[in-house]
Amino acid sequence: MEGLDTLRLTAREAKKLLVDGEISSAELTKAYLDQIAAVEDRVRAYILVTADNAAKYSTKVDREMQAMRGPLAGLPIAVKDNMVTEGVTTTCASRILNNYMPVYTATAVRQLWDDHVVMLGKTNLDEFAMGSSTENSSFQTTRNPWDLGTVPGGSSGGSAAAVAAGEALWGLGSDTGGSIRQPAALCGVVGMKPTYGLVSRYGLIAFASSLDQIGPLTRSVYDCALLLRHIMGKDPHDATSVTAPAPVDLPSAERLDGLRVGIPREYLAVGIEAGVRSRFDETVALVEELGGSCVEVSLPHTEYALPAYYIIAPAEASANLARFDGVRYGYRAADAGDLLTMYERTRGEGFGPEVKRRIMIGTYALSAGYYDAYYGRAQRVRTLVRRDFDEVFAEVDLVASPTSPTVAFPVGARTGDPLAMYMSDLCTIPVNLAGLPAISIPCGLSDGLPVGFQLIGPAFSENRVLGAAHALEAALGFDTAPPFRDAAAARVTGAAGHESAGPAR
Amino acid sequence: MIGEDDVRYVARLARLRLEQDEMRRMTAELAKILAHIDKMSELDTSAVPPTAHVLDLVDVTRADRVEPGLSREDALRNAPAVADDSFRIPRMG
Amino acid sequence: MTAATDAIVRGATRDWEPVIGLEVHVELDTATKMFCSCAVTKGDPPNTHTCPVCLAHPGALPVVNQRAVEYATRIALALNCTVRPRNVFHRKNYFYPDLPKAYQISQFDEPLAVDGWFEYWVGDEKLRCRVNRVHMEEDAAKLVHAGGEAGRIAGSDSSVVDFNRGGTPLIEIVTEPDIPSPAAAREFLQQMRDLVVELGVSACTMEEGQVRWDANISVRPVGSGELGTRTELKNMNSFRFLQQALESELPRQIAVLEAGGRIDQETLHFDPDTGTTTPLRSKEEAHDYRYFPEPDLVPLVMDPAWVDEVRAALPELPAARVVRFMERYGLARADALVIGGPGALARFYEAVVAEGVDPKLAANWTMGEYLAHLNAAGLEPGHGHVTPERLAALVRLVADGVVSTSAAKDVFAKMIEERGEPADVVERHGLAQLSDVAALEAAVAEVVAGHPSQVEQYRAGKQQVLGFLVGQVMKATGGRANPKLVNDLLRTALDR
Ligand SMILES: [Mg+2]
Ligand SMILES: [Zn+2]
Repeated sequence: MEGLDTLRLTAREAKKLLVDGEISSAELTKAYLDQIAAVEDRVRAYILVTADNAAKYSTKVDREMQAMRGPLAGLPIAVKDNMVTEGVTTTCASRILNNYMPVYTATAVRQLWDDHVVMLGKTNLDEFAMGSSTENSSFQTTRNPWDLGTVPGGSSGGSAAAVAAGEALWGLGSDTGGSIRQPAALCGVVGMKPTYGLVSRYGLIAFASSLDQIGPLTRSVYDCALLLRHIMGKDPHDATSVTAPAPVDLPSAERLDGLRVGIPREYLAVGIEAGVRSRFDETVALVEELGGSCVEVSLPHTEYALPAYYIIAPAEASANLARFDGVRYGYRAADAGDLLTMYERTRGEGFGPEVKRRIMIGTYALSAGYYDAYYGRAQRVRTLVRRDFDEVFAEVDLVASPTSPTVAFPVGARTGDPLAMYMSDLCTIPVNLAGLPAISIPCGLSDGLPVGFQLIGPAFSENRVLGAAHALEAALGFDTAPPFRDAAAARVTGAAGHESAGPAR
Repeated sequence: MIGEDDVRYVARLARLRLEQDEMRRMTAELAKILAHIDKMSELDTSAVPPTAHVLDLVDVTRADRVEPGLSREDALRNAPAVADDSFRIPRMG
Repeated sequence: MTAATDAIVRGATRDWEPVIGLEVHVELDTATKMFCSCAVTKGDPPNTHTCPVCLAHPGALPVVNQRAVEYATRIALALNCTVRPRNVFHRKNYFYPDLPKAYQISQFDEPLAVDGWFEYWVGDEKLRCRVNRVHMEEDAAKLVHAGGEAGRIAGSDSSVVDFNRGGTPLIEIVTEPDIPSPAAAREFLQQMRDLVVELGVSACTMEEGQVRWDANISVRPVGSGELGTRTELKNMNSFRFLQQALESELPRQIAVLEAGGRIDQETLHFDPDTGTTTPLRSKEEAHDYRYFPEPDLVPLVMDPAWVDEVRAALPELPAARVVRFMERYGLARADALVIGGPGALARFYEAVVAEGVDPKLAANWTMGEYLAHLNAAGLEPGHGHVTPERLAALVRLVADGVVSTSAAKDVFAKMIEERGEPADVVERHGLAQLSDVAALEAAVAEVVAGHPSQVEQYRAGKQQVLGFLVGQVMKATGGRANPKLVNDLLRTALDR
């Protein structure tokens, strides 16, 4: 089909085109594969493009439209490469999982496959989802299509960049401390972290089990709700998954009458860039124009959230990543001699520096004599962070903040300073500690780069969050098409993505 | 203050081989990160209960019913080394 | 003399008493593993019962087996423990190739149950051992070492891992150090095994290692209230070796202490061939397990009503049954322990008694010929040709004087050999007791006539000679004569 604008097309529109017979799934899928062919060498969003399988499967959906009819049938999607996909290599952007061929499929992805969604490929991420720029990938650095010299954010930078660059209609990401919302903000797309437990984690390669959630990266709030509806639900394979108290509705709100929005003063005291602050203030004003009211609130333990997070997440990760030992799958160091040497070399060579750093912090924090000072204390701080939100949500319906204190930063700008990188997630991390739903929507540009506006709600208030975001989105009228400029004049380097056997379906 | 001996001990616990320069760099980085983390000690949390789970979820179990698992081929498909239909590992002694 | 004073060891300088604590690991006979739906099996080809969860593939998550919780609760209640209202699983982190996640999901500071006790008999003395805790965990996979000698790690050039067993539900029972001697430890474990089997939660087959023990042992001067430094014997699964290992460790510790030395807290390996213990791993490898709450699982809240249901459904426990057997059937304690301890044997015995035969006679036959037969044939009680009805029929033949006790042993053996009924065997082989007065009178007359001097002695008042004469009659009748009748007839003949 000529003239399909993959930089602007939403899933809602694509679905209508399909249903109206104006386009086939094969044509729609081809449009994205064409866009991948056109820009991927500059963006590097995908670790693996399953082009042949996507083309074949979309044709099958067209042919068997009767049997395969469903709300998402035939719509193409990008999947972050930390969700296992049977028959499609899954790497978590780590050398240690190079050539790993999963023998099962993550529940969230399985649900989409069962709905006859077409998978375009597996997207890049920071190794094991540890990072805020996607520069920690062992394979390639993904670029932000708004400025190819800057990072897309992370860790779901691949899915965010793919959606922003029109290389995917929408995508799946995962969020442990902001890994969906921050790249969504930096790439000018919508990203949502659902309430902890809403989406099954089965098959999501664990980073920090008590914080991880899968969620959508989309071009619109409506799409976000639509995708969430099809990945959520209690899963017998995940003991921490739940049935939502109410179904997630497709949002239609245009006004925010009566909505009380809290602005936490602590979130604005953390070195928010001037341009980000301006866009944020304008959006807050827009909330009031739409009938809502904004009040300053306090989340007093905010400054302790980041330290607590940087104990809890690494501690859980140190155990979660212990299974990568070269025995059953993945990379094994050659000619190690004895088992201990094999373990140490496999893990020493297989993991990148950031992953090692976090394994070290986590192991240290749990080791004999330190539990109370670190992990135990962090869990208590976590309680305080939750209580802060509980108290605020007694007064207001939602909390709003900038998603990220800055817009996309140049590639390499923060790689030498782990702490500076960690600061990228100041406004997103408390949400994971409290297990709450939060969305980031683009609210304008600063220096030509997107700014994200975050809305946080109480647990299981997805409808409230999505409704408010939908009304704001319409009023903001943000144009999602990025210019692919190269202001930072950085050249994209790295090896080409590789294709392996596609999904067996 | 974390020192290189601590880092060496922790690296052994985590079965991570760190080269000499990596060890030195790691010690410095961990010291810096832990100094930031020590901010937590400003808070008196003695009366605060810990949060292990954000959900007030309890008693999630499954019925004791066998479900099909992996074929041996699939189980061993990703193994770096196989012998006797099993996962082969280097000598342990 | 008590089990405790019995256990005192005389050293060169003073008397010492052993202090022993046990950890019992029991694999449960659930259909599926602790955290996944793979079948729990024995003896299947390697790696044929695995899934992403028990192979610890990336992204896989555990889900608790409800039946395993129920079985574990049964054990906890049978050990008089308090089932804790809130249960939490922890991760116990260490690298080992039989542990695919590199952590074992186990319980730490919020275990299933605490503060119980177990009563067991050592000889005629009933001892009570406090149970510190009962908790749930998962078993490790199986390692096979290739090269080197006899499957040991030392000297092997590689190993292979079979994950079939990995993730099997495992219960750990930890006692207080209340056990006074190696012999008592053995009794404890045998009777504990009877209990667990009785609960229907595990067959506790020893060869398969379905039940394994760690023992810790220390010594202290008699009368000292303090505990000495202990050593640990890991992963034993033979009652005899466990007792031997403890018996060899005792004098070693005493010798070290009496020489002014210090006991190192270490794990020991017992070599049954040499009868000695050697340290298993060096101290610098001390474990730092980095326990923390398993974030993939949520707490279990043990509903008191459910716990009561489980309690109400417990079967009669061996200890209670032993007492009942003593009271109801008049058995001696030692006999009641042998028959009333293991559930299957107890049920067999009660089925024999239910046929209306004398309980004591039934007990003698159950403990004697029948048990020997089971051991020789490698059968479980209740299996094989000897049904309770058949044994009862045989016992009745003895009680009714149809066969003599010695002939009955013959009948028992032939009944199994020929797969026949006792009465038919007696008939076919002519093993019936001779109670025909006329025939026996003739035999008696012959013996009296043939032994005039002995008859003379008897008549002179030497009563003991009667026994000799009875023996001669028995001999003449091929052992089939009814001894009581022979006795009577002889007296009559001699007193004439
Ligand atoms: Mg244990
Ligand atoms: Zn399994």
